[in-house]
Amino acid sequence: MQNSLDPAAPLLEVRGISKSFGAVHALREVDFTLRAGEIHALLGENGAGKSTLIKVVTGVFPRDTGIVRIGGEEIAPRSAKAALAAGIATVYQEVNLLPNLSVAQNLFLDRQPMRFGIVREGEMRRRAKALLADFGLDIDVATPLGNYSVAIQHVTAIARAVDLSARVLILDEPTASLDRHEVEILFRIMRQLAKRGIGIVFVSHFLDQVYEISDRITVLRNGGLVGERETASLPRLELIRMMLGRELAGTTSPRASAGEHQAREVCASFENFGKAGYVAPFNLELRHGEVVGLAGLLGSGRTETARLVFGAERADCGQARVEGAPVRLHSPRDGVRHGFGYCPEERKTEGIVAELSVRENIVLALQAKRGLHRPLSRREQDEIARRYVKMLDIRPADPERPVGLLSGGNQQKVLLARWLATAPRLLVLDEPTRGIDVGAHAEIIRLIRELCDDGLALLVISSELDEIVTYSDRVVVLRDRAHIEELEGEAIDVGSILAAIAADSVAVALEAHT
Amino acid sequence: MRGLPPVLITAIVLVAGFAACAMQFPNIASTRVVGNLLTDNAFLGIVATGMTFVIISGGIDLSVGSVIGFTTVFVALAIERWGVPPLVAFVAILVLSAAFGAAMGAVIHVFDLPPFIVTLAGMFLARGASFLLSTESVPITAPVYSTVSDFALRMPGGGRLTAIAIIMLVIVIGGALLLHLTRFGANVYALGGSRATASLMGVAVGKMTVKIYMLSSLLAGIAGIVFSFYTSAGYSLSAVGVELDTIAAVVIGGTLLTGGQGSVIGTFLGVLIQGMIQTYINFDGTLSSWWTKIATGVLLFAFIALQQGLVALARRPAAKNAGAAI
Repeated sequence: MQNSLDPAAPLLEVRGISKSFGAVHALREVDFTLRAGEIHALLGENGAGKSTLIKVVTGVFPRDTGIVRIGGEEIAPRSAKAALAAGIATVYQEVNLLPNLSVAQNLFLDRQPMRFGIVREGEMRRRAKALLADFGLDIDVATPLGNYSVAIQHVTAIARAVDLSARVLILDEPTASLDRHEVEILFRIMRQLAKRGIGIVFVSHFLDQVYEISDRITVLRNGGLVGERETASLPRLELIRMMLGRELAGTTSPRASAGEHQAREVCASFENFGKAGYVAPFNLELRHGEVVGLAGLLGSGRTETARLVFGAERADCGQARVEGAPVRLHSPRDGVRHGFGYCPEERKTEGIVAELSVRENIVLALQAKRGLHRPLSRREQDEIARRYVKMLDIRPADPERPVGLLSGGNQQKVLLARWLATAPRLLVLDEPTRGIDVGAHAEIIRLIRELCDDGLALLVISSELDEIVTYSDRVVVLRDRAHIEELEGEAIDVGSILAAIAADSVAVALEAHT
Repeated sequence: MRGLPPVLITAIVLVAGFAACAMQFPNIASTRVVGNLLTDNAFLGIVATGMTFVIISGGIDLSVGSVIGFTTVFVALAIERWGVPPLVAFVAILVLSAAFGAAMGAVIHVFDLPPFIVTLAGMFLARGASFLLSTESVPITAPVYSTVSDFALRMPGGGRLTAIAIIMLVIVIGGALLLHLTRFGANVYALGGSRATASLMGVAVGKMTVKIYMLSSLLAGIAGIVFSFYTSAGYSLSAVGVELDTIAAVVIGGTLLTGGQGSVIGTFLGVLIQGMIQTYINFDGTLSSWWTKIATGVLLFAFIALQQGLVALARRPAAKNAGAAI
């Protein structure tokens, strides 16, 4: 063949890819190189740009700049189908197959063996069985795919991709919903495929699995490339540092000493609070005028903790107290009633209502708290909106503008205003600075400090360690859905947080191997 | 096979209902009555076959009743007023209705609009256009009409299998083969499973959408011609609300209204159940014909509830043990 692979040339080469969504740079000048027959882990926290990179390479999103080469040839796929034709197949965490069709139909959709315009069902099943046998799977291929476990669906998706002569296989969080045994099967298949010369991109936030299976690691952070390393020569602590950022500069701000905290009144406390399979039971005290940071890797249980605290998820053990009195926290309504507020990470889908105006978005929670039979008059609404637009410096200062037209930072402020309008005692912020530009970033951090000085209790989640270190009075470190350490006062710095995360993961890794 | 359990239930309802009717009125169990039932519901069976494809693909087509109405008026006027040979008129209206369906499919795909709205617009459009042609009933006296109406296969027991009933049966069988044995049919199910996923898997979603609505409108056109044979007239108010009877037949036949599952045979049984209820009411003589609607309504509720139950069951990962099979 003319374009047979030069063994020295990389299989997939990505050079200088950039992609923006509006004012947000999702990817900046990212390079990525995949060799034939290697398993290459692509790592990074939420919003680091992994998904965007995959979607740009596979043609789901158009790219702004940069080139993609496969086997030395430049390609510019405009759709997932075109990428597939070029030899790049992607298997997403949410299996992209059709649960209502049989396994065989899924494997051969749109390319069934035909005779006289009729699908040769028997032949198709025979071939499907043979194909899956290659992957060590012996199942009834006439059964709808949806009847099988996620693991089998994944293997089916991989089999389909490989059978479509994919040279590059991208697996996006393939192990997220698999148990240990199923992960082993998947890894065995991955190694087999790599041996056949297929290049595999493995996206995962399970570091143990990354160390177990991958040959090399590329780390992205905030849309930029942090680096590419050999897995074998990359210490775990160094990897975590790459993922979470290494700005260890002295951003320490004046912080109350440990003694002062004890003096502060407890706003809400959680004893042995948790939910099976969600977050291990934890103890947490939130005090007035104090910021508690939640640090940990993606999937460590940060957001889960926040949702339990707010009542968005129902705890199955433990006791919550507000100002010392035991309370019930079974729904977000309960949370709101006790004066809690929650700004979720997914601003766009869970937070703002893009079509409504700034004013309408701001009064939403307050109106909900008052109930439908006590509507806020238009005058009150205008008054509230004007106050918060001014206080938080929301721009443009037009309360009637649809929120969808505002920048990310200003949307975040509108969300903040919504909860502040309800005069909360506790505010939970999940990644408040995600996806907003640098200027707005600093402003949000300033706001967090100010709110705290006004006596509010704050629980803040962030992947930006230097940011957490800047505003937190205490930092809770999470790992594997459990609270593993609480740092306070002088003990809070990026190094000790990293050490806490890494130390435990090494311990867990050791445990897993013994 | 997929869709079989609901179809089986539909079949049981039909057989049980027919047995109950036959117990009360023994005359119902005759080829004569069955033949009439097929003839009376021929147009419904044809248009419901097309609707089955649309609904399995995750869509809906509200325009079919209006297309039938338009077709009868067009055919009547073409033959009686404009002097067009019947065969030419048939070909013309079929081309026209297919183009109409293709246009709706294209609009649905290109502008990413809900099929409900687009075909609702199509419904008003086609109905309005038929009024534009003529507001009064136009009788058709062409000799071909009496020839076709008189043609029938004798069945044992004195029943007549009329030409239009035969057309319907051929279309139902053809539709079932198309749905279950061809790549086109597999893609219809794929679209109903998830348009986005089907597209990622390489199905030409746009082309499929156009073809599916084209098929539905084409069959509505054929149903319109059949309807004009049945009534020997063209009338702009004919087949009002038939789209809803059609959807009811499809759903009673075990097709999921959310798409992805169903069968043409089920739809055919659904049509027969509706016809059976109508026949029963005719035999009874004292019941108002509106009881057909009430019985259909009750059945619809029952079947939708049943489907939800089945869907809930299917969602539960029944094959956790299958995971251990690897």
